[in-house]
Amino acid sequence: MSTVLTPEAAEPKPDAVRPREHYLNVRFGIASWLLTVDHKRIAILYVVGITLMFFVGGAAATIVRVELMTPAGDLVSRDDYNKLFTAHGIIMVFFYLIPAIPAVLGNFVLPMMLGARDLAFPKLNLLSWYIYVAGGVFTIVALLAGGIDTGWTFYTPYSSADSHTHVIVTALGILIVGFSSILTGLNFVVTIHTMRAPGLTWFRLPLFVWSSYATSLIILLGTPVLAITVVLLAVERIWGVGIFDPAIGGDPLLFQHLFWFYSHPAVYIMVLPAMGVVSELVAAFSRKNVFGYHFIAFASIAIAVLGFLVWGHHMFVAGISPYASLIFSLISFLVAIPSAIKVFNWTATLYQGSVSWQTPMLYALGFIGLFTIGGLTGLFLAALAVDLHVSDTYFIVAHFHYIMVGGTVMAYMGGLHYWWPKMTGKMYPEWWGRFSAILIFFGFNLTFFPQFVLGYQGMPRRYHEYVAEFQILNVMSTAGASILAVGYVVPLIYLLWSLGYAKDAGPNPWGATGLEWQTPSPPPTDNFAKTPVVVNPPYTFTAKEAEVVG
Amino acid sequence: MIAHATPVKTYCLIFGGLLLLTGLTVAASLAPLGGLHTLVALAIASAKAALVLLYFMHLADSSRLTWVVALSGLLWLAILIILTMSDYLTREWWRVTDG
Amino acid sequence: MSAESVHHDAHHDAAHHDAVEGQAAAPRSPQAGHSGAHHPALAHHFDSLEQQQEAQSLGMWIFLASELLFFGGLFTVYTVARWAYPEAFAFASGHLVLWLGTLNTVVLLTSSLTMALAVRASQTCELRSLRGYLVLTIVLGVVFLGIKMTEYYLDYREHLIPGPMFSLAGHELPDPLPGGTREFTRHVELYFWIYFTMTGLHALHMIIGIGVLGVLLILARGGRYTTGYFAPIEIAGLYWHFVDIVWIFLFPLLYLIHHGGAA
Repeated sequence: MSTVLTPEAAEPKPDAVRPREHYLNVRFGIASWLLTVDHKRIAILYVVGITLMFFVGGAAATIVRVELMTPAGDLVSRDDYNKLFTAHGIIMVFFYLIPAIPAVLGNFVLPMMLGARDLAFPKLNLLSWYIYVAGGVFTIVALLAGGIDTGWTFYTPYSSADSHTHVIVTALGILIVGFSSILTGLNFVVTIHTMRAPGLTWFRLPLFVWSSYATSLIILLGTPVLAITVVLLAVERIWGVGIFDPAIGGDPLLFQHLFWFYSHPAVYIMVLPAMGVVSELVAAFSRKNVFGYHFIAFASIAIAVLGFLVWGHHMFVAGISPYASLIFSLISFLVAIPSAIKVFNWTATLYQGSVSWQTPMLYALGFIGLFTIGGLTGLFLAALAVDLHVSDTYFIVAHFHYIMVGGTVMAYMGGLHYWWPKMTGKMYPEWWGRFSAILIFFGFNLTFFPQFVLGYQGMPRRYHEYVAEFQILNVMSTAGASILAVGYVVPLIYLLWSLGYAKDAGPNPWGATGLEWQTPSPPPTDNFAKTPVVVNPPYTFTAKEAEVVG
Repeated sequence: MIAHATPVKTYCLIFGGLLLLTGLTVAASLAPLGGLHTLVALAIASAKAALVLLYFMHLADSSRLTWVVALSGLLWLAILIILTMSDYLTREWWRVTDG
Repeated sequence: MSAESVHHDAHHDAAHHDAVEGQAAAPRSPQAGHSGAHHPALAHHFDSLEQQQEAQSLGMWIFLASELLFFGGLFTVYTVARWAYPEAFAFASGHLVLWLGTLNTVVLLTSSLTMALAVRASQTCELRSLRGYLVLTIVLGVVFLGIKMTEYYLDYREHLIPGPMFSLAGHELPDPLPGGTREFTRHVELYFWIYFTMTGLHALHMIIGIGVLGVLLILARGGRYTTGYFAPIEIAGLYWHFVDIVWIFLFPLLYLIHHGGAA
């Protein structure tokens, strides 16, 4: 969006005497990071934590995939396999997918997109990072002490009465990390309501802000239910009395209701911010206003609300009432509508745009394709009869990896490359960027497409052995996973390399719109030399801006 | 900046109303109401909560946004309970093991 | 406030007044920042004290909506369990001491009144009353917890704490008994499990509230909240009233269902 700004903000003058002061060089030393209340520095702290957790979770997945290369359970024991896929699920869901885009990209750019100097509650923001670390420590300690084998879903009564693994410590870790996302969501909602720049009306907000807002709503209204559920689970496990174990008068389905009340909307916590990133990327690299801005904005809110009404579709085969199943199935189909609206609008944005093929755009296009596959297979699963057939098979595994990895991780990588110049002031190497984006796209499809077929043929999930006829597809999947792993390590290397050696990016290397591009890279601590005043709708590409990248 | 303050008298009146309703709900629980006990108790509790929300928490003269926040909390609680019960009330499952 | 803030005073005067004709819908106006710019309580990233108070109050309301869902999980558990075992719940509820529960309700409602008056004293800049009402609120909160502990102790004496000690021996069971004695006992135990979890979490919130009020009481000594900046007192009050509202529902649902039978 166009703004009226002072010349210094738009084109920083090189200072011959000393380098321009920005958020990275304003202070140095460990304490200046660990005690910072600057949303940009906290975003960097989150990058570190989330990247670590991503590779820990990835390591668990690697062992799982290697085990599955052969039909026999020859690499790890049954128990260890259970612990490995549980560790993979818990770490990836709670410590990577849920916080990744809001806590890293959202933390960094959201205040800037609003023209604000910081989030509304900077100290709570720092606290949320420490809570994240504390939750991570609990979970990692539980894993090192011997792990947990319940699956990331903690289903009772296995988790409350039978499992002899570290359920309580892990559940505590989940409880703690939940408060971290509640604080982030709280900060976002309050900031969006109260700290928008002059002239920045609701329909001038970038779509990333809309999707962050919708995500925060889900976090705030869903996470506390998960928190109380794991508390009840832990109390039941310690006390031997409780509401989830049928042997003592409880109902395991009640646990599933409460768990999925949060954990289904949690899928939208993961994918809504990804959709917001993709909206930004598609607009920026098509040099065009987003088609159907209002539809995309309201679709985010619609997804947030409808997402709370469909959790029962995780329980179709668990013994819930068939009448309730009918309702849950119907509403599950309805969620597809706002999601499809978004896909159509992104596609229409590309039409007659000046599309360029930089790395972030490759990730965005990858997202659109993979999310579409993930979403369409979701419709299969919303249908009661089909769900009965493929429940607890690799079809499910493939479906949600297309949403989580094909959706959220692709968008996170795209957003990270897009805002990397803003965060660090450095340009990543474009050739390597495109190379790894393409590598990830192919590796991903080779890993997970065979799993659709495996699941449809009846291979159940969560077993370390399988019948021999499934081996070819499993070997393909493992081969794809190794390509995927390389695809994730390459960016780690060149992004770190770029910090020291890459060329300076300048304030707006993409010629993108949005307030964050109208301040120097890296931005000063207070983001803007003067509070910007917004006079145009978002994604207004003026002739001048369109010339920056040819 | 001195915000306009609600008169002490208003607060005392609301407090009196809350005490009255507390007495009423205890009395109602002892009265022969047939199957209406829970309904009456919840209605009185809602009235008390409304008094606290509107006057002690000043929701009565808060912005529309504050209303939306308060009501969305209630709406989501209703979603949680109603959709969960939609399962229980339409299957006779629990009763079977109960017997 | 911020350890990192640099040269920020100049920023409060946002640029270019002429560019925003007719853009009143945004929360910040370019003119903002003059009214409260030099108030010591104003954090550097806000333009004005009004904006800061609005943000803090909104933040607390949102937090409370979130808290409502936290207790909401418990209310769901309660609903399902009571729907499943109405007779056991009615029977178990009769074993709570009604007059103690009622007294505690009155104590908590009174503490809400004193909390509201504390906020009022902060708004009208009366330091002495503010401190007095804060002390009263804290005392009433402690009294509530004391009565609650007494009730817990009575339950303990009657072997009503769920777990291996739990026993209905010596209690007269209803006749006719729904299901067998063993099942019925188990369901009564479930009621007490829910009772202790709900009142325990409520008590935890009370303890946190008392701690917050204690900190505010200490900070209020220098007149910090009686110079027109009363947001901390106000949002602490919101929290306190919310905890009161939770009890307003816990009281009839836990204490007053002995006649209810079928829900």
